[in-house]
Amino acid sequence: MSATPASASLSTAPSGALLEVRDVSKRFGPREVLKDISLQIAGGEFLTLLGESGSGKTTLLRLIAGFEQPSSGEIWMSGRRLDTLPPHKRRVNTVFQNYALFPHLSVAENIAYGMRVTRVPVKEIPVRVDDALRMVKMQEYAAGRPSKLSGGQQQRVALARALVNRPQLLLLDEPLSALDANLRKQMQGELKQLQRALGITFLFVTHDQDEAMTLSDRIALLRNGALEQVDSPRAIYARPATAYAAQFIGQTNLLRCEIQDGIARSGSLQWPVAGLANGTATFSIRPESIRFAADFAAANNLVHFRAIVRQQVFSGASEQLEIDLAGESLRVRVPARGPVYGEHDFGFSPADAIAVRET
Amino acid sequence: MFSRSYKVFISLPPLLWVTLFLLIPYALMFAHSFWLVRDGVISREWNLHNYAKLFQNPVYLEVLFRSIGIAAGVTLLSLLLGYPLAYYMSFHVSARKDLLYQLVIVPLWVSYLVRGYAWKTILGSQGVLNGFLEYLHITNEPVSFFLYSPFAVVLMLTHIYTPFVFLPLYASLEHIPRNLIEASHDLGAGPRKTFLRIILPLSLPGLLAGATFAFVLALGDFLAPLLVGGPSSIMIANIVQSLFGTAYDWPLGAAISVCILLITVTLLFLAERLEKRWSFR
Repeated sequence: MSATPASASLSTAPSGALLEVRDVSKRFGPREVLKDISLQIAGGEFLTLLGESGSGKTTLLRLIAGFEQPSSGEIWMSGRRLDTLPPHKRRVNTVFQNYALFPHLSVAENIAYGMRVTRVPVKEIPVRVDDALRMVKMQEYAAGRPSKLSGGQQQRVALARALVNRPQLLLLDEPLSALDANLRKQMQGELKQLQRALGITFLFVTHDQDEAMTLSDRIALLRNGALEQVDSPRAIYARPATAYAAQFIGQTNLLRCEIQDGIARSGSLQWPVAGLANGTATFSIRPESIRFAADFAAANNLVHFRAIVRQQVFSGASEQLEIDLAGESLRVRVPARGPVYGEHDFGFSPADAIAVRET
Repeated sequence: MFSRSYKVFISLPPLLWVTLFLLIPYALMFAHSFWLVRDGVISREWNLHNYAKLFQNPVYLEVLFRSIGIAAGVTLLSLLLGYPLAYYMSFHVSARKDLLYQLVIVPLWVSYLVRGYAWKTILGSQGVLNGFLEYLHITNEPVSFFLYSPFAVVLMLTHIYTPFVFLPLYASLEHIPRNLIEASHDLGAGPRKTFLRIILPLSLPGLLAGATFAFVLALGDFLAPLLVGGPSSIMIANIVQSLFGTAYDWPLGAAISVCILLITVTLLFLAERLEKRWSFR
């Protein structure tokens, strides 16, 4: 993304990306909230900005919506500069965290609002409002006021109000965080279905990694205002780039190793690694990658070790074990198998030990 | 939750207060309005003469309509001054908001009379305004209609009641969740449409409360006409004052008071109904 300003003004986003964020930084006074963010979102994609509170994910969303201006960098959409436009001229709509429904307007009027204030033919409006209400299954509440609705219903209206304008890009700012767990699961399903059916690009902000895993085509993991890793949920889970990513997305064990001549050593464990220089390295091993040695079908090139089971937590289909390997505590997830005590032989495949950057 | 004796104990002082200082005076006033003055003393003979006089003598109605006109003018001007001020402070001031707020309401700590006399000094023929205009050679002799005119009354009352309009307006603007304004922009409405469709409707309760304050207070004012109004801008409360004073016709004064009270109460009632309809939370 090192386009010169002259060529940038002519170029369209490469590779058919709908939205392109180029080297965007945002400072509030002395605080740098976003640091050199570059990100591309493809048309029809469901991309999640995942991060802890204060990681800058909402700020990035607000920059794209136009409620904040970047301190440096550019944002492009469909080959046009976006960050210089005021929010009402962007073909982007937002579902706000607390829905932000207009309290003085009925549900139908809320949904019609975007079309009323832009140049949508008056005849078309009621038809599209009806369609939108049907889409979110809220027809019978059309005449009611938003304050009379439950959280989940308000959520649906907010979604309909944004989608009825047929935006190129829909921004969702933690839209499910105010709902209780059951409703949240249900709304996640509905959201994903809607997104698939409509083919609209979703940029979804959340701090909930499960939600991110469930919904996203890709996850952009933010940490302290910088992008940590951008990849599909499977890829991030299988090959986390950093120790932080490995811990934030799913559970993991981090092993600090010394590498010498293609062999990684951590305490009594050692296994061959390829392509890593001598020195120290950190490896991430997922709990389900460690198993009882007896459970491996082919026992060749396994990393074997003996460890004491300290704790066992039964959770239906699987058991969480905490095992003690010479003072180091490891998490293990095995299929449910009844109580386990004492010392056992465990093992993992070297391929499941992923070298991660530690920052 | 609370014991019966506690409830009685806690509600006794306000009940006493309301009875002594509101209910009994109003009842007395109401009764007086049906009595009459005979041979210089108030005679408790029930009759409707006072109300008849009110509608037969054109002076009373004329003064009443003038008072309503002045009050309406004051309300309108206070809104024209107060709304932009409240809007600006609520949406465009971030630093020093508290200081500005104090500056707006600080005139309320200054005595009404002092401010009245100040306007006298400003508007009079030897006053600040005339001196300034002559200094600039815009006029070459004192302009007399500044002072002792309905204009002066409206000016002074507007100055006094603008903070009363400002306060509820500012509060209602501050209560508008900012994400509603972002949502409006997000849905394609520019600043003007957002103001007309979101901010203005949501500030109506505050606007109504402020307008009611200004109108009702201005309608019952009698000091401004005395200080800066002159004979041409006598208001209804001045008539009541003179009837209860030098003219010594308490029954007629009471009848006029009852009429003003009816107008005021009707207005307050309507305002409350509207305010309920316009508040959505």
